[in-house]
Amino acid sequence: MLSLLYLIPLLPLAGFVINGLLGKRFLPKWAISAVACGTVLLAFLLSLGAVSSLNNLDSVASVRGVLDVDPAAQRVTLTVAQWLAGGSGANGAVFTIPWGFTLDPLSAVMLLVVTGVGFLIHVYSVGYMAHEEGYWRYFAYLNLFMSMMLTLVLGSSFPVMFVGWEGVGLCSYLLIGFDYPKDSAADAGRKAFIVNRIGDMAFILAMSWIFASLGSLGFTQAMAQVGKLTPSAAAGIALLLFIGACGKSAQIPLYVWLPDAMAGPTPVSALIHAATMVTAGVYMVCRCSALYLQGPAALTVVAVVGALTALLAATMALRQNDIKKVLAYSTVSQLGYMFLAAGVGAFSAAIFHLMTHAFFKALLFLGSGSVIHAMSGEQDLRKMGGLKKLLGITYPTFLIATLAIAGIPGLSGFFSKDEILWKALGHENRHGLGGTWFWIAGVAAAGLTTFYMFRLVFLAFFGEGRMDEETKHHIHESPKVMTVPLMVLAVLSVAGGWVGIPKSLSFGADLNRFEHFLAPVFEPVMAKEAHAAGLLAEGSVAGHETGSGSGLEYLLMLATLGVVAVGFVLAYRFYRSRPEIPQRLAERLPTLGNLLANKYYVDELYDAILVQPYWRLCDFLSAFDRKVIDGLVNAVGAFTEVCSQFIKLFQTGQVRRYALWFMLGAIALLWYLV
Amino acid sequence: MITSFLPLVAAVLFAIGAIGVLIRRNAIVILMCIELMLNAVNLTFASYAYELRSMAGHVFIFFVMTVAAAEAAVGLGIVIAVFRKRQSADVDDVNLMRW
Amino acid sequence: MLVINIIAFVAIFSALMVVFHRSPMVSVVFLIVNLVCIALFFLFLHAQFLFAIQLIVYAGAIMVLFVFVVMLLNLRKEEELLPGWRVQRALAFVGGPLLVGALWTALWRRGRSSEAFPGSFGSGFGTAEDIGQLLFNDYLFQFEAASVLLVVAMIGAVVLARRKES
Repeated sequence: MLSLLYLIPLLPLAGFVINGLLGKRFLPKWAISAVACGTVLLAFLLSLGAVSSLNNLDSVASVRGVLDVDPAAQRVTLTVAQWLAGGSGANGAVFTIPWGFTLDPLSAVMLLVVTGVGFLIHVYSVGYMAHEEGYWRYFAYLNLFMSMMLTLVLGSSFPVMFVGWEGVGLCSYLLIGFDYPKDSAADAGRKAFIVNRIGDMAFILAMSWIFASLGSLGFTQAMAQVGKLTPSAAAGIALLLFIGACGKSAQIPLYVWLPDAMAGPTPVSALIHAATMVTAGVYMVCRCSALYLQGPAALTVVAVVGALTALLAATMALRQNDIKKVLAYSTVSQLGYMFLAAGVGAFSAAIFHLMTHAFFKALLFLGSGSVIHAMSGEQDLRKMGGLKKLLGITYPTFLIATLAIAGIPGLSGFFSKDEILWKALGHENRHGLGGTWFWIAGVAAAGLTTFYMFRLVFLAFFGEGRMDEETKHHIHESPKVMTVPLMVLAVLSVAGGWVGIPKSLSFGADLNRFEHFLAPVFEPVMAKEAHAAGLLAEGSVAGHETGSGSGLEYLLMLATLGVVAVGFVLAYRFYRSRPEIPQRLAERLPTLGNLLANKYYVDELYDAILVQPYWRLCDFLSAFDRKVIDGLVNAVGAFTEVCSQFIKLFQTGQVRRYALWFMLGAIALLWYLV
Repeated sequence: MITSFLPLVAAVLFAIGAIGVLIRRNAIVILMCIELMLNAVNLTFASYAYELRSMAGHVFIFFVMTVAAAEAAVGLGIVIAVFRKRQSADVDDVNLMRW
Repeated sequence: MLVINIIAFVAIFSALMVVFHRSPMVSVVFLIVNLVCIALFFLFLHAQFLFAIQLIVYAGAIMVLFVFVVMLLNLRKEEELLPGWRVQRALAFVGGPLLVGALWTALWRRGRSSEAFPGSFGSGFGTAEDIGQLLFNDYLFQFEAASVLLVVAMIGAVVLARRKES
């Protein structure tokens, strides 16, 4: 089974080719859906098989040059072919990149999340996109995206991962701009791609630096040698990689594309901008955990940016009126949590939250898609209301997801978020930015999250319907092909967190199977770092709770719950029992209200600082090209014309004139010869 | 003596013929000036044939005369044809082949 | 030697008259005079055959042809010398002396060389027999080509000068 690893990215690619080439004219709709969903389902099943065989790697034999099995690290690397063979670097390193896939616990988690949630979203799309003109194109792009994302996750070296990295960026552009005649969609697609590109540039620089200093671009080889780097060099590379992650995972300052990306179809938002693509940055940082630990300054930056983003994005979500935009800012905020976790060294907590977030955020998006579908395309929360009774499946599942994201105990979000907060507090930072600040930011963001999510629920599902008669007449629950994935995701949102129950809540039983699963990936580096820095105080980095820690942990959990409860109550008052309060607050604090509603004018700022000067430069260059360069070329032509005007005076037709030239020429020649 | 003097005379005659070609407008006169130039050349050839005791010079003069005769005949034919069309033997009137 | 100087003077004078006289008829007459002078030069240069040929063919046939044409075209109107072609005229008058200067310089540079050459003439130098020998033996092809040339010229002249049937 493990030698079939290459099929996992290959199957969706085949689906892309089939749907792309034949889908427009030759395939009926059912065939397109079957190909698209079938390939992803097969990939999921293959992933299941591969991951399950990770447990007994001792029985799998290595095949030299093709299959490399490392039972101690629980890692299998499959080399498909030699991809790039180049010259050698200054330090004698030879630049050969094999096209290979690595399966270890980290990529296993990502694999299952991507294929599993991806499959559910494919099924959902069959219903959601049923009336679309470009049905074949949508599924072709979606399959291509799956293939690229799987390449990213399974890649055994930076360049292979980068191929997937770029590929998902491309598919994001294609899918956001799916309805390309619509200007907002086309613009949003472009914005996403361009902002991503900035991150990609940093990624490439980081790759070059890695090769130059470490001599290899394969993950295992490179990470094994990070000890050779000075902390500042490691931090530098890590920061460059993090900039790339900021672009892909929408952190400050490169998050501006994600809210605009909501112009794409809702399943796309669910898959790409909630569950999978935006998590690629987190995955990459965790993959390079050894590098980050070697340069702790970078980790601090990651944590600070993550915490800031989590808080700031949550504030921006407070005043959004489009249902999808609220969820978009929520995604940015939750991604901030993941980076915060990575920044304090809690890599497995980051991946845990990545997984649970994939479940409930995908559910939220798909649910909102169901709502939009029912509302005949309306996305403005101010025009919704009272949908609770009319959407019998959408409402309960949506509510479950909201509870999960708010961190209500028992659901998945609670366990993952709490783990992050606990690890953040315990983090002792050399630069004086104590874990307390991170914890406060995290808790505040949790409170805000609860508030705006329940605001959304109350505005959309409760109260009197504020839509017009025409729309109200058409409200209906979505077809089964759309509601079944909702139900599956709801189950996962509830139960998905139970694999990561911390010791403190399980009465001593060690039920944190998630952390154990990921241990082979993170433990070696964590232990090394802990020894080197002597950070074994106060139950921090390695995540083992000490005695005094457990009591503190309960206290903190309760504090978080208190903040969450406050958020819920406020949302209830503002939007359920006393709906006039938000209006009055907006009147009392107009500046704050405007600032939030306009997302702190960040887009306008970017436009003024970056975009406008760039356009002016383009105008200048265009004028330069027209006037100077074309002018030069035209001048040559004009010169030729002038010369010919001059020369044509010699062709007078007058015989005597010609004779004169003969004579003068002959005389000159004679004088020359004499 | 003779052989150093006559080529000089021939050179002068040649130059006079050249000036005539450039200055005159009448086609026939121009043809006559060309004959003048040819004769100057003949004179040069003859004097060098004498100096170098070679008959090849005389042969060349023979051929020059032949060609001069042919050219005069054809040239005058052209002049007559042009005169018929334009009623003028002025070479400045024959100026259609220009830009 | 004096005779040659006189003939040279006459030749140059008649050439100037050919070029500068306004009437074409007069120019023809002076050209004939010039040709006769050249013929006399040929005589002095032991080119008896050429002397005869010059008089018969050149002064006799070609000039007669010129006279015919001048008469035919009845060109008695006077042409102004150079209306509005001043530059050309100036350049011509500059070029003429320059040309002479170039040629004279070339001749002067060549210097005298007659001393080194065989002094005696073979008998028959300049006679018809001698030329005939060369024409029909060494230069046969050129001779025949010249005859072809004459035929072509004849045809050309006839074609050019005939009246078109309208």
